[in-house]
Amino acid sequence: MSFWDTFVIGEEIALGSHTFTAEEIIRFAEKYDPQIFHLDPDAAAKSVLGGLCASGWHTASVCMRLNVETRYARLREWIEAGNPMPKVGPSPGFRNMGWQKPVYAGDTISFSQTVTDKRPSARRAGWGVLSFSTSGRNQHGTEVFSFDGVAFQGLD
Amino acid sequence: MNRPKRAFEDFSENLEIPLGPYAVERDEMIAFASEFDPQPFHLDEASGSANELVGRLTASGWHTCSMLMRMMADAFILDSTSQGSPGVDFINWRAPVCAGDVLTGTARVLSRRISVKRPTLGIAKMGVTLENQAGVTVLDGEYTLLLLTREGVAA
Repeated sequence: MSFWDTFVIGEEIALGSHTFTAEEIIRFAEKYDPQIFHLDPDAAAKSVLGGLCASGWHTASVCMRLNVETRYARLREWIEAGNPMPKVGPSPGFRNMGWQKPVYAGDTISFSQTVTDKRPSARRAGWGVLSFSTSGRNQHGTEVFSFDGVAFQGLD
Repeated sequence: MNRPKRAFEDFSENLEIPLGPYAVERDEMIAFASEFDPQPFHLDEASGSANELVGRLTASGWHTCSMLMRMMADAFILDSTSQGSPGVDFINWRAPVCAGDVLTGTARVLSRRISVKRPTLGIAKMGVTLENQAGVTVLDGEYTLLLLTREGVAA
């Protein structure tokens, strides 16, 4: 059995949750997405989004942080059980990213991932491609974020 | 400034808007990766070199998307009637982005229509590409941009 074999189609993986503070929303926005509804609480309250909310790329980036922590915790567990370190690769991209609802300052978003497909790479020997759908829900249970991703993972 | 912002009507089909340049700095790459994507190949040269699919220290793809967002904000979104975006159809990370790269690109209006539910809201499908200083495409994708019409601004 390899690390690759531990991923089962249909498996749901909880990635954990994150509370978005106004301070970090504004800090991300100042650097990468300085639209008024990500920067200024008063102006945001009067905007179409109704309040200070995170850049969609901030939400995606926080989700990645939790995804990396979860994936590398799984790797550590695998290695601590006496298995060799498998190869871990990058991602070629994603599809169908939805920012269904704003992520407001103070919201806590819980992210989860479902493995939707796995297959050996046609072009890269020794590598497989994992497909997964990812979703984020706020403290009210409302879906605020989703996308379909892929990542290269060693077959070893 | 009294000059009106660019509204939906100004985003005609096939309009091309240049993006960048954005100089990718090593410190910024590592700061982003440390906070959001701490995979070894985004954090140091040795780990990047050791990874056979990556080959060198590279920027997180999410960092590249964030830099794209900044380039679009500066090029046209901040000076428009943007109402945000409901999402992204796809993004491909086609080639590595590395420290020292200078990214430029294009945002193009692929198609456009008025919202059926809200006649003062326009929906534009945007195609985006980024390339590095060597002319290599590092990212392409498509996403949806919502913009108020002039009537919507006046209302």
